[in-house]
Amino acid sequence: MSKRSIRDFKEKSMKSLFFIGGITTILVLLLIFVFLFAEALNFFKTYSLIEFFTGTQWMPGASPERFGILPLLAGSVIVTAGAIIIAVPIGILSAIYIAELAGPRTAGILKPAVELLAGIPSVVLGFFGLVILVPHIQSIFNLTTGQTALTGSIILAIMALPTIISVSEDAISSVPSALKQGSFALGSNHWQTIYKVIVPASISGISAAIILGIGRAIGETMAVMMVTGNMAIIPGSDLFLSSVRTITATIALEMGEVARGTEHYFALFAIGAVLFVMTIGVNLIAEAIKRKHRLEA
Amino acid sequence: MSGQNQTPEKGKTEKNRTEKLMKRNTAYKKRQNLYQKIAFSLMRLAVVVTMAVLIIIIGDIILKGYPAISIGFLTQMPTNQMTEGGILPAIVGTIQLVILSLLVAVPLGIITAVYLAEYAADGKVKRIIEQAVNNLAGTPSVVFGLFGMALFVMYLGLPLSLLTASLTMGLLIMPVIIRTAQEALIAVPKEYREASAALGVTKWETIRRVILPSAFSGMITGIIISTGRAAGETAPILFTGAVFFYPRLPDSVFSPFMALSYHLFVMATESINIELTREIQYGTALVLLAIVFSMNLIAVGIRRHYKKKSFSSH
Amino acid sequence: MNATKSENAFSFADTLNGENEFDSDEDDFESENEIEFENEIEFENETEFENENSGEPAPSFSTGKVKKKIIEVKDLDLWYGNNHALKNISIGIPKNKVFAFIGPSGCGKSTFLRTMNRMNDMISNCRIEGEIYIDNENIYAKETDVNDLRKRVGMVFQKANPFPMSIYDNVAYGPRIHGVSKKKIPGIVEESLKGAALWKEVKDRLKDSAFSLSGGQQQRLCIARTLAVKPEIILFDEPCSALDPISTRKIEELITKLKKEYTIIIVTHNMQQAARISDYTAFFLSGELVETGKTVHIFENPQDERTEGYITGRFG
Repeated sequence: MSKRSIRDFKEKSMKSLFFIGGITTILVLLLIFVFLFAEALNFFKTYSLIEFFTGTQWMPGASPERFGILPLLAGSVIVTAGAIIIAVPIGILSAIYIAELAGPRTAGILKPAVELLAGIPSVVLGFFGLVILVPHIQSIFNLTTGQTALTGSIILAIMALPTIISVSEDAISSVPSALKQGSFALGSNHWQTIYKVIVPASISGISAAIILGIGRAIGETMAVMMVTGNMAIIPGSDLFLSSVRTITATIALEMGEVARGTEHYFALFAIGAVLFVMTIGVNLIAEAIKRKHRLEA
Repeated sequence: MSGQNQTPEKGKTEKNRTEKLMKRNTAYKKRQNLYQKIAFSLMRLAVVVTMAVLIIIIGDIILKGYPAISIGFLTQMPTNQMTEGGILPAIVGTIQLVILSLLVAVPLGIITAVYLAEYAADGKVKRIIEQAVNNLAGTPSVVFGLFGMALFVMYLGLPLSLLTASLTMGLLIMPVIIRTAQEALIAVPKEYREASAALGVTKWETIRRVILPSAFSGMITGIIISTGRAAGETAPILFTGAVFFYPRLPDSVFSPFMALSYHLFVMATESINIELTREIQYGTALVLLAIVFSMNLIAVGIRRHYKKKSFSSH
Repeated sequence: MNATKSENAFSFADTLNGENEFDSDEDDFESENEIEFENEIEFENETEFENENSGEPAPSFSTGKVKKKIIEVKDLDLWYGNNHALKNISIGIPKNKVFAFIGPSGCGKSTFLRTMNRMNDMISNCRIEGEIYIDNENIYAKETDVNDLRKRVGMVFQKANPFPMSIYDNVAYGPRIHGVSKKKIPGIVEESLKGAALWKEVKDRLKDSAFSLSGGQQQRLCIARTLAVKPEIILFDEPCSALDPISTRKIEELITKLKKEYTIIIVTHNMQQAARISDYTAFFLSGELVETGKTVHIFENPQDERTEGYITGRFG
């Protein structure tokens, strides 16, 4: 009996240990939330919420200091949008190729290659962009600087590509072959089968891939910061060819220098909180789409 | 296709119509096959572009970084205001950072994964934890940096050091470890659990003696991949302990440190003479890339080995 | 008496087995029948099967004059959620005999088997009412230790499920965890492998992976693994359904041998198998225990028309 009670006690304590471990993830997420928002609230004690969200100038050094998030938001949105415009067609076409056309050996090379691309550290990509891409953009478009939103978009597209490829490839590969065979049996050729049967059947998986790609692009810091020029202004008609500054780059650039406890310091937490909410939103959308996909299947 | 079933005995009009249909059909088919040709060429082009990007980037880093690599570069301290010398402290710092972050992330991650895969019943708690893991995985690295600074440095008052950076980086890589470990655990056949239970073995003993060993290689893969991630990430350590220059190797977890990723960033954007130190920058990038890729390769190797083993054994 | 019985058995074997079964079936039946005959006298003294035949499920506690029942099941009901999977089952299992549960798939025979070592505890929405006594101890009582129970009531599964370890470690797994001293383990491993008729085949490669064995050998390894924790009762859940005829035959021979030391309950969808190896048979249909009794009686002279229908192959 005593042997049994020792064993039961051990079982119970292990169970509690694993439960506590499991809870830590929730705790970490909550802590991130609390710390970001606590510091952000400090900011709104002295700075108007409306001015923050509608202000078109981000000028920490000026007097009075201006902390309008719009130029940074514009920077993030433009760079991300550009990245998605580039990465989505290339990514989805590549995914279809890997899932549908490539033989097992080719796929066996392409898949690890995509993983390799995903493994390149963002700072290395940023460095490559800075040294190789920036001068090219400058000379092609005849600009004073090659550090533009377009440059950022290209680098971000490279970063989002692996996510888009691997997630949509999974979705496409999981389409039941019976559906495919049904289409072939009706005399459709391979391409008709792909765009009339396979892509519609995997559309929620592909959408989730795109949204996850957006999430990855919006949150990316180092690579963007190194190639976009970091001018905190809302771009005019030259949109992609102007220098921009994203939310992430602003935090990374200014947090190192700022004096702690100042309005500027809290302002950086405020834009951090906005970024956090944006990425959580993107994640939740991707989750919802994936769940819907699972229910459909 | 539809026309082929018609027999010649049918009337002439019928025959004409059939021919017309067949003609239209072949025209339609021709057009569809042309579309297919175009679509497939676009797909091939997309793959070529993707692969070209990969090859150009890696090729550029290797070709221009290779001349910088020497034993001195890997084993010496930087000299002359970082314009000469080696990158030893950055290499050592990165390795220390990676090991310490693993010490944070591996136990927590595996415990969470075991809870999710073995203990948690399907229900609210499990769903919330999984949701939290997903959200953590999607949280931008710079936000982790902000959080790490606010919690470890500002709130807990720890010095900017290896410790604070590793804690932050550990939390960042934890979701990767949880997900891969959970997948590896779920892949362990249900039969093992039944067989062990039927021998009167408790749940924890079963987990310890059968399930964890069976899931080991899958979990190792995840850990190695996260190792590469920890070595490459920069944003989380920007304001939690990495420094531009520290003349000694870190002697305790409380000392500031240099890291390859941060070193590359600073050298490429803010150093004394960006153009002059280009070679050092490329060398640093190559070393970083080599560390990350060799980790990925090891992970792929383990996965392949394991797959082969499990195929031959059944 | 003896003569008529074996004649019946032969004709039965012929009709059921067709031509595709083993050549030596008839020998087996003969030997079975000899044992059967010896037991016959005991059987005459029992009253429970008469009750059974009159349609009343017999509460069959050991009455002293009946040979000892090691398991007594009383009014057992089981639900998976709202699905009433076992309905008011009462049955007694005699010691050192092979007891077969037969019935069409989904009839609850495997579910019932799993109530005896409480494997159904692992299913979250499973609910049980009623009692199962093993050695006069209610295994569903609060103070029962499930792990001790499962040590006493071993189980062999449908698909051979060795652990991804060496042959030796598979067998040593149970004793090691249950704290048997290190010195004794090699002896237990050898003894168990011998008990499972596997020792000769593996004694020179105990360190090899269990997966290097054939399907039938793996299943015998699983039996050895079960023997190593020294159970009193062994539950077999369709142990041959994934095996070829030759491996099946070996397992069947083994089961017949094992009943000298263990009480055996086997679930099978293969009626010939039940007829070949079991002393007693219970027929289940949609969660009900339709009929139970000596195997010969169930197969030759079923009282319930549903049993007869199943045995003669009208459904199932």
